[in-house]
Amino acid sequence: MTEITSFPQGGIGQVHGRALILRGEDIDTDRIIPARFLKCVSFEALGNQVFEDDRLELGGSHPFDLPVNQGASILIVNGNFGCGSSREHAPQALMRWGIRALIGESFAEIFYGNCLALGIPCATAAAAQIETLQESVAADPSQTWDLNIHTKQLQSDIGSWDLQVESGPREMLLTGRWDATSQLLDHQAALKRTMATLPYLNDFVVSVQ
Amino acid sequence: MWDLHRVAELSGGSTQLFVGLHLIHEVTSPQAFAALQDKALSVQCPERTVATVDHIVPTINQNRPFADPLAEEMLSTLEQNCAHYGIVLHGLGSGSQGIVHVIAPELGLTQPGMTVACGDSHTSTHGAFGAIAFGIGTSQVRDVLASQSIAMNKLKVRRIWVDGQLSCGVHAKDLILHVIRNLGVKAGVGHAYEFAGPAIEALSMEERMTLCNMAIEGGARCGYVNPDDVTFAYLQGRLHAPVAEAWQRAVAWWSSLASDANAAFDDEVKFDAVSIAPTVTWGITPAQGIAVDETVPTPDSLALSERSIAEQAYRYMDLEPGSAIEGLPVDVCFIGSCTNGRLSDLKAAAAIAQGRHVAKGIKAFVVPGSQQVARAAEAEGLDDLFRTAGFEWREPGCSMCLAMNPDRLDGRQISASSSNRNFKGRQGSSSGRTLLMSPAMVAAAAITGQVTDVRTLLRNDCTPPGISH
Repeated sequence: MTEITSFPQGGIGQVHGRALILRGEDIDTDRIIPARFLKCVSFEALGNQVFEDDRLELGGSHPFDLPVNQGASILIVNGNFGCGSSREHAPQALMRWGIRALIGESFAEIFYGNCLALGIPCATAAAAQIETLQESVAADPSQTWDLNIHTKQLQSDIGSWDLQVESGPREMLLTGRWDATSQLLDHQAALKRTMATLPYLNDFVVSVQ
Repeated sequence: MWDLHRVAELSGGSTQLFVGLHLIHEVTSPQAFAALQDKALSVQCPERTVATVDHIVPTINQNRPFADPLAEEMLSTLEQNCAHYGIVLHGLGSGSQGIVHVIAPELGLTQPGMTVACGDSHTSTHGAFGAIAFGIGTSQVRDVLASQSIAMNKLKVRRIWVDGQLSCGVHAKDLILHVIRNLGVKAGVGHAYEFAGPAIEALSMEERMTLCNMAIEGGARCGYVNPDDVTFAYLQGRLHAPVAEAWQRAVAWWSSLASDANAAFDDEVKFDAVSIAPTVTWGITPAQGIAVDETVPTPDSLALSERSIAEQAYRYMDLEPGSAIEGLPVDVCFIGSCTNGRLSDLKAAAAIAQGRHVAKGIKAFVVPGSQQVARAAEAEGLDDLFRTAGFEWREPGCSMCLAMNPDRLDGRQISASSSNRNFKGRQGSSSGRTLLMSPAMVAAAAITGQVTDVRTLLRNDCTPPGISH
């Protein structure tokens, strides 16, 4: 069992570790990290606060509290996971708890982009496939899995699942260019050219200041 | 419009888009500024970046330092970052502070044909002007600060065509709750929602903002309405709107942007405004809505995929399938938010509150969306009207929409709320319950102490939608 200690860096070709299941449709980012924990100027403390209210409600039986799931790094969810608020605090909280990849039927768009910006792949599969995968994980939570971004497969000793990873994000993960800042800064001249042709910066300039 | 903002095609297939207006606030920017400092980067276009403070501000006592040291730290961090990088901050003493999605339009910052980004999902609001506007996360806030651009994939466009006209007592909020109820919370993923048709053309800018604001609740990252004369009339004379000859050039360009009648869309859905009634959510997602005179749906009336979340909602809300929503007692009534905190929203609520009084035991409060909205409302005497009717009149901010300030539900309280999300725990209590509805419906609930069809409280002053409210 690999203990993951560092945050994603460089090219992400594979995520190796145990998996945990969180069932439910439309799990929103307010549930992942309640708004009161957004009162912070750094993300550092968020790992302990992930799913705080749901965990309190379940009194220790929430998947993120179960002893068997501690140290797991691949989160398996259902549909429209991460909907609602754009707060990056949500994937930050998951990452700081230990999550390094998500697999689900579908993800909300802003959440998906936020995960990518942290180097966390979100792979998808059809609902029926997610269900059998969840059953396989539940049957033996101690088994380890390999999420291979190259082959878009999830593998363990008991079998292999084909997943979808969008081609653009997949390439960004593999090449380590998921941290977009440097790529965006590479095109300064093109940026100036775009700015020189936009009507609202040239034909009727109005400063926001 | 997309092509005009294109900077480059990026490896991985996304497009680098120039961001014409970057709006920032205290919650999603501090870590972005910290990351800039870590990378020794600067702010590319401070002159295209505008800040305000909204999420954490108290609405009763805004004196500094705030009673909450964390809130104070967040605001002072924003102040330091804005001062350091030369970014205009519409702060508490400015006269122009308010919810970011209220102030940018009212200052004339949001204009047709622009790209607008902000670290807040309700940035979809600005699409009401014919802008491409989308919410982003903190890493992307960092990217926009550093490069004034963002990596985006082109969205599909679903046109939501609305025929007819909204009836008396039915508002843009009811329309969008009706749309989301029908399309669900995830149908919009990967799409922009373009709202069009006679009912949309008849809406005021403030109503169009309400509509686009909640596109994200249907999963659509962007809302959009073609710019037209209503848009131009709203913008003319605003602080940052062009003037004189520049105004003429601007209108000419803006007019050229509208998608024409024969434009092809990836998808189209049609609604009839006449059939829409005041709408209320009963559950824990914005799609769990019903007309006020309907009953909570039974599991067998729902699609299979909706049943599990419905079961959760019955339990959390403590509502029986098949029970009426009308007459359900409420505890707290909240009028405000980026969805419904503008002057016309307050006027619609005031028309119901006038000459009546909040029911015994109900806490009802009004939070204007901005200092400008507050001043305009006070000039019309709405503050006194609300106070006389038993409502509290507060200072501007996001308030109990997400309860990052002291305004929050207590325990299992039920709120009638003009905000945008009824998620579990959204309004500051992990067991608190939220019923989303229009500001007029919230006012009606405050007066009677229970969910009430606002049409039963209308007087002869019902103005057709889009005329004066």
